[in-house]
Amino acid sequence: MSKINRRTVLRGILQGSAVGVALPLLNCFLTDSGRALAATGRRIPVRFGTWIWGCGFIPEKWVPTATGASFAMPEDLQPLEPYRNKLAILSGFDVKLDGVPNKPHITGCLGLRTGVPVPNESVKAPTLDVIIGDEIGKNTRFRSLEISTSGTERSYSYRAAGSPNPSEVSPMALYQRIFGPGFQDPNSVDFKPDPSTMVRQSVLSAVQEDRQRLMREVGVDDRRRLDEYFTSIRQLEEQLALQLQPPAPVQNFTMPKAPPNVPFDSEMDNVLITHKLMAGLLAKALQCNQTRVFNLLLSDTASNLRRKGSTTTHHTLTHEEPTDPQLGYQKEHAWFATRSMVAWRDFLDEVAAIPEGDGTLLDNCLILAHSDCSIAKAHAVEGIPMMIAGNAGGKIRTGFHLAGNADPVTRVGLTLQQAMGLQVERWGVMSMETNRTVPELLA
Amino acid sequence: MQSRYVLTGALAVLLTALAGCGNGTGEPDAVGGPAVMRRLTESQYRATVADIFGPEIPVAARFERALREDGLISIGTGRAGMSPFSIEQYDGAALTVAAAVVGEEHRAKLVPCQPKSGASQFDGECAKRFVEHYGMPLFRRPLRDEEVTRFVEAARAGQDRLGDFYAGLQFALAAMMVSPEFLLRIERPQPEEKQREVVQLDAWSKATRLSYFLTNSTPDEELLRAAGAGELESGRGLQRQVDRLVASPPFEAAVRAFFQDMLQFDKFGDLAKDPLVYPAFNSTVAADAQEQTLRTITHLLIDEKGDYRDLFTTRNTFLTRALGVVYRVPVATRNGWEPTVFEPGKHRDGIQSQVAFLAVNSHPGRSSATLRGKALREVFLCQEVPDPPANVDFAVVQDPSNVAMPTARERLIAHRTEPACAGCHAITDPVGLTLENFDGLGTYRSVENGASIDASGDLDGIAFNSADGLAQALHDHPETPRCLVEKMYRFAVGRDTEMEERPYMDYLNREFKASGYRVPELMRTIALSENFSAISTVRDAEVE
Repeated sequence: MSKINRRTVLRGILQGSAVGVALPLLNCFLTDSGRALAATGRRIPVRFGTWIWGCGFIPEKWVPTATGASFAMPEDLQPLEPYRNKLAILSGFDVKLDGVPNKPHITGCLGLRTGVPVPNESVKAPTLDVIIGDEIGKNTRFRSLEISTSGTERSYSYRAAGSPNPSEVSPMALYQRIFGPGFQDPNSVDFKPDPSTMVRQSVLSAVQEDRQRLMREVGVDDRRRLDEYFTSIRQLEEQLALQLQPPAPVQNFTMPKAPPNVPFDSEMDNVLITHKLMAGLLAKALQCNQTRVFNLLLSDTASNLRRKGSTTTHHTLTHEEPTDPQLGYQKEHAWFATRSMVAWRDFLDEVAAIPEGDGTLLDNCLILAHSDCSIAKAHAVEGIPMMIAGNAGGKIRTGFHLAGNADPVTRVGLTLQQAMGLQVERWGVMSMETNRTVPELLA
Repeated sequence: MQSRYVLTGALAVLLTALAGCGNGTGEPDAVGGPAVMRRLTESQYRATVADIFGPEIPVAARFERALREDGLISIGTGRAGMSPFSIEQYDGAALTVAAAVVGEEHRAKLVPCQPKSGASQFDGECAKRFVEHYGMPLFRRPLRDEEVTRFVEAARAGQDRLGDFYAGLQFALAAMMVSPEFLLRIERPQPEEKQREVVQLDAWSKATRLSYFLTNSTPDEELLRAAGAGELESGRGLQRQVDRLVASPPFEAAVRAFFQDMLQFDKFGDLAKDPLVYPAFNSTVAADAQEQTLRTITHLLIDEKGDYRDLFTTRNTFLTRALGVVYRVPVATRNGWEPTVFEPGKHRDGIQSQVAFLAVNSHPGRSSATLRGKALREVFLCQEVPDPPANVDFAVVQDPSNVAMPTARERLIAHRTEPACAGCHAITDPVGLTLENFDGLGTYRSVENGASIDASGDLDGIAFNSADGLAQALHDHPETPRCLVEKMYRFAVGRDTEMEERPYMDYLNREFKASGYRVPELMRTIALSENFSAISTVRDAEVE
């Protein structure tokens, strides 16, 4: 065994047009920690993702009155009852503005995701998913997958200002990207590496030869952009390297069918359909290691959702709809807020439907669900609703409601990074800088 | 510090005199700005591929939404990063383009030589010819020797693995097309001038700026030839090229690209209209509406050599049947475009009363006086309207007893009377309310919810009572041409204007006015100016 390394195995594969080479499960192929599959001894990777919905919540319908494990699910969280043990409900954590102007629906969302309040989309630090992706996203075909289900090509995943990772908006395009050309069925018995893949690899190394010269030729800001270009090129090289290896077999994987054509727009009923389709495709992609990082945007943060035949959008309603005197909240806004949680349940259904090890894919995920504000009418960034789903392969504890008591939201981000194996002890800036994790979350 | 500037100025005057290229135009000394590294836009990428390989070569890629910064995608191109998604897409596009170029169908035309011993034997000479042939237009400069070698080696490696000469060429071409030198326009100064504070771009970078500014595509053979022959350094040589490009058919593509950017047509990408509220809206209407406005613009500005300000009052336009439904104007032509003159008094004067502008600046289910007012201010007058305050108190506009608010005017009154809101709504709403005669799609209406619409308003002191009055006010507004000049220059150089460039902008404004506000003439003036291709090395360094 000691003489086999990745290169010799690959060389063997490429020289013979021999097919059906079963790769021994060498530990050097695997860099993850986490639980192992009983059947094969292969480690199960832990995946990280975020799930975003716009325009916050109706507090009285969302925040549980009790904290701890035995809380009653409030009205809007009722659909999530089946996942009570797989969820941590986090209320009362704040984005601290420190005098930075609050750009409605942007500052809260990006402050939560970067630990730095910004008055616009020009982030000052990478978003959580990118930080974590740099650690865990390297040995997969896609470093991350971004999805938007309400017809708008928005994304809140940023490596730097001006560099969002764009979202897929159509189920068909997402399907093609993951399961179209370039996809290798992990359980296919014959594996033939495509010789042109090796040529493409050499093409990409040719492209990188001028790196040093180019870096000298441009200014500071452009150097950062060039660096990002080369990082993306290397990512593509890594994708190609993976295509030269027979994929590791995945238990219980079946190829998904191509999704039907759906009208992709922002009408709530259509969004729920699109969202479920895309969530299903994403879950399959996670199952067969196409990616370990994802960001799904149910609705834009200034929610573009609408109701058939209505003249106003969800976002407009949060501002213009009068509070219902009997109910004490905005009824139409609540209609969307309630359905957003139904969508979140749909999402968990898709992830939990995939068996993995002795549990489901959800057990090996760490998913942060959050909005951009708490009370949309005032764009309040205090108490932005958040939920953690999944147990990160045993690293994360769930099944409780925790009140943040106006602590900085960065405590949660720091905790998630540590749970995902990052060596980081403090995160955030100014009032949001913290070295305190949320110990209740850490198993 | 002061003395250095004086010295620079004196030096520039001296050099100008010596070189004899003082164009006598009244252009102030060039101050320039930082070099900009710009990403090709989607339309530039597509046009470039079509110009180099022919329009029949398909570009199979999904381009991400462009980054808009300071109001323009052109500025965003100088700041946008390059995500793994975009590289994935560029790579896919490069492979399909390259496969088509060397494929059997196009090979005879597009591969400049044949391998001498057949496709199974590598022919280094032919590969080199191929690499040099396409390297120059793709990189917009001659390739360095080591670059030629590198791409020829890529072709050889491809042949070795795949056993086919053309397969090798495919991968060599794909390599060039994912190179930073192709996807990014990297600007370089004249080498011998590096120690000076204001330097000119080198001939290749200058040709590239010129070409993307005046044709929205890569420099053509003649421009590259002129760059190589040093002709762009002389006033006369530069003028010959600029005049040629301004008169060439692709000039229209550049004017279109500018107005698509300025009018923010990228918003059509995720424009939704509720099908129950606006059954006439569909993807044909969305596409035709943009095309209508662009045709109106190019017809007036290029074909008619008209005054830019007349864009706000013109009733000459073009319609399709699909648009006729929205405008409620019969269109006889079954397929395609029909020149149309809107009748006077139908309130369709100017591009701001066309469907493209009205529909994009509306909500999915209703019109928006605020969005339209904001867009009029920002797009056409370069007046920035701040975001609403985050913690605005909506109690005043939420009084449930006040349910009888049939039209937008009543609904927005509180915004203009409540001090926290009034600051901005007083700027946006009086202009936007005048366009309330157009619903969220752009169809004319005189009543909303049974109440007749009051379309009175004012723009910076000029009062009017209909969209026609607004049209005239926009036409006459002193900021209208100034804003166009500002945006056109930013579009040309891919960055914001610098403080030091104020005298230069004044010069452009004078020239624009003197030309009778002719946009092609403005573009020509910019392209011919020294400041257009001047790079400030000092201010860039200070920023660092």
